[in-house]
Amino acid sequence: MANKYLHIHRLRRVYVWELPVRFYHWLNALVIIALIATGFYIANPLAIQSQHEASGQYTMGWVRYIHFAAAYLFFFNFLFRLYWGFVGNKYANWKQFLPISKKFFKEMWYVFRMDIMMLKGKEHMSIGHNAMAGFIYFLTFIAFLVQCLTGFGLYAPMSTWWLPKLFTWVPAVFGGDILTRQIHHWSMWFFILFAVIHVYLVFYHDYVEGRGEISSMGGGWKFIEEEVFERNHHQTPNPEK
Amino acid sequence: MTNDASPSTQPTYYQEVERKGYSRRDFIGFVTMMTAFMGLEKSAIGQVAKALETKPRIPVIWLHFQECTCCSESFIRSSHPIVADILLDKISLDYSETLMAASGFQAEEAMKNTMTKYKGEYILCVEGSVPTGADGVYCMIGGKTSMQILEEAAAGAKAVIAWGSCASNGCVQSAKPNPTKATPIHKLLKANVPLIKVPGCPPIGEVMAGVIVHLVTFGKIPELDRVGRPKAFYSKRVHDSCYRRPFYDAGLFVETFDDENAKKGYCLYKVGCKGPSTYNACGVMKWNNGTSYPIQSGHPCIGCSEENYWDNGRLYERASAFAGFGIEANADTLGKVALAATGVAVAAHAVATNVRKKKLIFDLEKEGKESEQELKS
Repeated sequence: MANKYLHIHRLRRVYVWELPVRFYHWLNALVIIALIATGFYIANPLAIQSQHEASGQYTMGWVRYIHFAAAYLFFFNFLFRLYWGFVGNKYANWKQFLPISKKFFKEMWYVFRMDIMMLKGKEHMSIGHNAMAGFIYFLTFIAFLVQCLTGFGLYAPMSTWWLPKLFTWVPAVFGGDILTRQIHHWSMWFFILFAVIHVYLVFYHDYVEGRGEISSMGGGWKFIEEEVFERNHHQTPNPEK
Repeated sequence: MTNDASPSTQPTYYQEVERKGYSRRDFIGFVTMMTAFMGLEKSAIGQVAKALETKPRIPVIWLHFQECTCCSESFIRSSHPIVADILLDKISLDYSETLMAASGFQAEEAMKNTMTKYKGEYILCVEGSVPTGADGVYCMIGGKTSMQILEEAAAGAKAVIAWGSCASNGCVQSAKPNPTKATPIHKLLKANVPLIKVPGCPPIGEVMAGVIVHLVTFGKIPELDRVGRPKAFYSKRVHDSCYRRPFYDAGLFVETFDDENAKKGYCLYKVGCKGPSTYNACGVMKWNNGTSYPIQSGHPCIGCSEENYWDNGRLYERASAFAGFGIEANADTLGKVALAATGVAVAAHAVATNVRKKKLIFDLEKEGKESEQELKS
């Protein structure tokens, strides 16, 4: 390990995150922040001391409006990302997220030992997501699904549009809005915990790998060591792309 | 007992109304009210009136299991006197433990007679849940368990109405740990009979009357929602028809029951109102002859018509406790603890990284510095 880093690396620029993926990522980040902030307010509104008549203000109304508008953006953005998992490049492909092969599990175990247990050994140099990250993103997709189901399920009776009406079965499954609302609220905490760990790990990878992890979601490029590039050459899991 | 007539000579509802001394005007007033409650168009008034004039009264068996009789109480206090006088008193309530004159053997005999004589015609109203624990011994009438009685009565019924939250959802007696295994009837009915759930603790009297009038008028059960409640009364949340809704939208809330905001009549959301999660007609029909309803009297809705409302968190709080984490731990408390733990874990990881991967980081920095020095200033 020691000698490997003593020479100056030759880096290959790889276009990892395509523009639609980056757009999805930042829109998702923005609406999730908006949804969490407005969601906290809706769950426990501030005590406003106001001299105005009720007719003169619409605070909760606006907060809910932002929440619902952001929810629609979130939902369609999510659908778009699922679609892009089938048409995007190999790093956006749905196979990056599902632990369905032995290789996937092996890589997860390796990342666990190197990055979480901090065992000594050869660093794992992935190009897109590593397998562990891919699996965690799969869990976030499950959380997205839960929030969309419970959220639109709660919203459906207030709507006349057919799309939210498709979700009327959700509260019925949970035996009513009370429990559905609670599941919606509990699940939100997954997003907060995820965000903390996600942001930390981006900085971590940038710090210990030095290949532009943070900026990759800006320009789309990562800088991959020549030897890592050579090792992965001709091993494309998705050759037609 | 009012069921003394043979089936062919059963009087119509209107005949009973007349016999009771109500005027035509009273009758039409009642019909108009019921039509409006059922959410029908004005043109349906004639249809409802005609049905009540021509159709013979439907025999009804009203069973009481694990309940408090608040549903019956609510029903007989419906705002229009005809509801109590005709629909209940005179709809030929062939068996109702609370209201029938007979008792003991005679009462059981009357029920048996109705079940055989009007097989496939009578309406079975069930008030209360059925205990299934210990082979049903927690609720037995005339030597039979409520499960047996329900099965026998439901087999020949035209329709079954589950009155109130007990029969619809199980209500408080099915709250954890549910020692008697109190079970709502929709989970027990084996007979292929249409079931109408009319939840609420109790349901609004006019709603109950509306369901019966619908059955009489159209000869079939009203349109039901996904969970089996009549859409006419349970499609809107209490929140949607609440007269305090403008305060909610404005963001003006009662913080404590004795504060200035409470006196001003602000929204009760923050003191635990379950109106936004509860489907019922309280805000429109109100209670006790349209006098008031809980929110109007300054009390938050407790969600009594919602399934599992007794176990889904506390009555006076929005944030609900997590079962199994102690009564004080709600989602946000747990979330904050998890967030703090995550923060600590992340910080520990950052420190460990700098220790364990010291060489790696050092080499990277060295490589970067070398490149920097090779460049012209």
